[in-house]
Amino acid sequence: MFATFITALRAGGVPASITEYLSLLGAMKAGVAEYSIEDFYYLSRTALVKDERHLDRFDRIFGEFFKGLEPPEGEEPRELPEEWLRKMAEKLLTPEEMAQIQAAGGFEKLMETLRQRLAEQKGRHRGGSKWIGTAGTSPFGAHGYNPEGVRIGQNESRHRRAVKVWDKREFKDLDDNVEIGTRNIKLALRRLRRFARQGAATELDINDTIRSTAKNAGHLDLKMVPERHNTVKILLLLDIGGSMDDHIKMCEELFSAARGEFKHLEHYYFHNCPYERLWKTNRRRKEAEVPTFEVMRKYGPDYKLIFVGDATMSPYEVSHAGGSVEHFNDEAGQVWMQRLTGHYRRSAWINPAPERNWAHVSSLSMIRHLMENRMFGLTLSGLDEMAKELSR
Amino acid sequence: MSKFKSTERYIASRDLEVAVNAAVTLQRPLLVKGEPGTGKTVLAHEIAAALGHPLIEWHVKSTTKAQQGLYEYDAVSRLRDGQLGDPRVHEIGNYIVRGKLWDAFEAGEQTVVLIDEIDKADIEFPNDLLLELDRMQFFVYETRHTVVARHRPIVIITSNNEKELPDAFLRRCFFHYIRFPDRETMEKIVQSHYPDIKEDLAREALTVFFKVREVPGLKKKPATSELLDWLKLLMVEDLSPEVLRAREPHVVIPPLHGALLKNEQDVHLFERIAFLSRRGG
Repeated sequence: MFATFITALRAGGVPASITEYLSLLGAMKAGVAEYSIEDFYYLSRTALVKDERHLDRFDRIFGEFFKGLEPPEGEEPRELPEEWLRKMAEKLLTPEEMAQIQAAGGFEKLMETLRQRLAEQKGRHRGGSKWIGTAGTSPFGAHGYNPEGVRIGQNESRHRRAVKVWDKREFKDLDDNVEIGTRNIKLALRRLRRFARQGAATELDINDTIRSTAKNAGHLDLKMVPERHNTVKILLLLDIGGSMDDHIKMCEELFSAARGEFKHLEHYYFHNCPYERLWKTNRRRKEAEVPTFEVMRKYGPDYKLIFVGDATMSPYEVSHAGGSVEHFNDEAGQVWMQRLTGHYRRSAWINPAPERNWAHVSSLSMIRHLMENRMFGLTLSGLDEMAKELSR
Repeated sequence: MSKFKSTERYIASRDLEVAVNAAVTLQRPLLVKGEPGTGKTVLAHEIAAALGHPLIEWHVKSTTKAQQGLYEYDAVSRLRDGQLGDPRVHEIGNYIVRGKLWDAFEAGEQTVVLIDEIDKADIEFPNDLLLELDRMQFFVYETRHTVVARHRPIVIITSNNEKELPDAFLRRCFFHYIRFPDRETMEKIVQSHYPDIKEDLAREALTVFFKVREVPGLKKKPATSELLDWLKLLMVEDLSPEVLRAREPHVVIPPLHGALLKNEQDVHLFERIAFLSRRGG
C-alpha cells in the first residue's frame, strides 16, 4: 500500500526495513491510527523511524510524499507571525478600487496564490495591493477590503493551530548531518569518549574467575577482560589564522574536553598547510615554533594524527616549494603532508567547512587526495566516521 | 481493549498516545528516548496504571547482563552447599534465581515491563535480548526447560542515548522521542501536578524556568522533573511571585536554584552572567 513511501524514505536516508513496514501495516489494520492523517503521521513515525537523528528527514519526506492528501479547506501552510497582522487602522477604499478587486479569481486560485505569496514574502507587510499584510487591498490579509479575500490572523480562527505538524520540522537540530553546535556538542563529546575507550590489552577479571572456578567445582579457571584504560594517543594539528578560526577553536575545545579520556592529547598549530615548522601557542608564535621533524620524533607513529582545517588556500601552497603565503618554504606542502601521513599509521582530516562545498575548492580536493579520502566533516556522523577510520 | 490516554497526572501528547497504543496493540516493545527529566520512566508507571496491569521494573546498570533479566545460576552457593554436604545440592533447580523477565512471563496476568536506561549496559545487552523479547520465551540450560510467556508483557524501554542500539534490536521496537514540552503543555503539566498552585506564581516561575533553559552553555538544562521539584520548593517556602519578577530584566540566579541547576559549573556560569549584567546595567 505504501511501498513507494518506504522506497522514498530509504532513498532519503531513513533506514526503514520490511519488518518495520509490516508492523506499520499491522498497526493500521488494528486501527491504531483511526483514519486521521495526523495520527497516521505519528504512527508511521513511531513504526519507521528508530533514531531521533532521522526524524527531520522523515518529516521532510513525509511532507513531500503526502503533499495534497490533507483536507482541502483553507489551512495556512505555515504559521503566520503575530506581529505581521496586528490590528491596524482600516483603510477606506473608493468604489472603483472595490470593483477592481472583485476581479480576482475563484477560491481555489486564491489559495494557490496565497501559498505562493507566503513562500515569496519575507517580512511583515502593511498596505499595498500584493503582499499579505494588514489594511491593504490584497486578497490576503486582515482588516483590508477584498470581498473575495482570505482572512488571515484576524480572529482566533479554528485553523490557526492547524499547521501540519510535519511541516514545522521540529526535529531539525537532531539531524546528524548538521554541523556541530552547542546543542549537539555533548553528543559529539560522547563520540570522542567512545573512540578513546577502545583499549585492546586484557586484565584479570577477578569476579568472573571466582565464578567460573566455582562452576568448575574448585578447579582454577582464569578469565580475562579487555582493559578499560585508554590507550588512544592523539596528535592534533590545527589550522589557525583564517575564516574558520571559531570552528577550529570549537574543535580544539571539543578535544580538550575529552582530554581526560585520551592517554595523551597534544596539539600544534599550522597555517593553511603544515610545513617545516609548527607552533604551540599562536600568540607567542615566533618564540614557540618547533621543527615539524622534532614533533614527529617526539610523538611516535602510534599517535593518531588529526588535522583540523578548511583546507582552503591557493593550490600553490600545497603543490610548490615557495608557495606559502607567509614565508619561503623549501619543500612543498604536499611533501610535508606525505611525510606526516607516512609517519603516522592512522591519520584523518576534520574539515569544518560544509561538505557540500568541498568539491568546488581545488586545494581542498588536493588535500583530500593526499589524505586518501580520509577527510570528514565536523558533524556527528563525521566524527563517527573518523573514529571508525582511526581505530581500525 | 482499553487505550492509553493522557491522565490527570500525566500529560501525554497525541503522538505519544499513538506510539504507546501501537506498541500495546502489536505487542512490540516501545523504545522511548528524550532529554533527561522529560518523563520517560514515569511513562511506564502511567501505562501500567492506565491499563490496570502490574509493573515490573528492571533498572539497568553498566554491569547488568542480559542473562540476569532471565535467570542466574548461583554456582557459588551450590559449591558451598556441596562442600557442606547439603542435600539440596543434587537438585540444580534450587540454584536457579529468577530474573525480572521470568517473573513477567510467568505472571498470571499481562504485565508492563520497564527496562530502564538500556544504554547504560554493555553494547551486547540489547542483542542478547533480541530473541527473548521477540518470541517472549527463553530456554533454561541448567534445567532444560523453556519458559514461555503466558501473556505477552508490554515492554517499555528507555534510553538516554549514551550508546547506539543495534539495528536488529531497533527494527523490532516502536520508537518515540519525547520532545521537550512547549510552554502551553508545560502549564498543563504544572497544573496537573499542583492544582492548587497560585496562578501568578506558576506563570512567573515558568518564565524564569524557560529563561534559564535558554542560557547558552548550560551543562544540564533543567527539565520537567527539575521544574516540578523547584515549584514544590517555591510553594513550601511560600515565596511571592514578586520575588521572581523583581529579578527582571537581568538574568540572575533564581531563588532556590539548587533544584534547577544541578552542577557547580552551571551555578558558576549563572553567577558570572549575573555579575556581568549588574556591571552592564
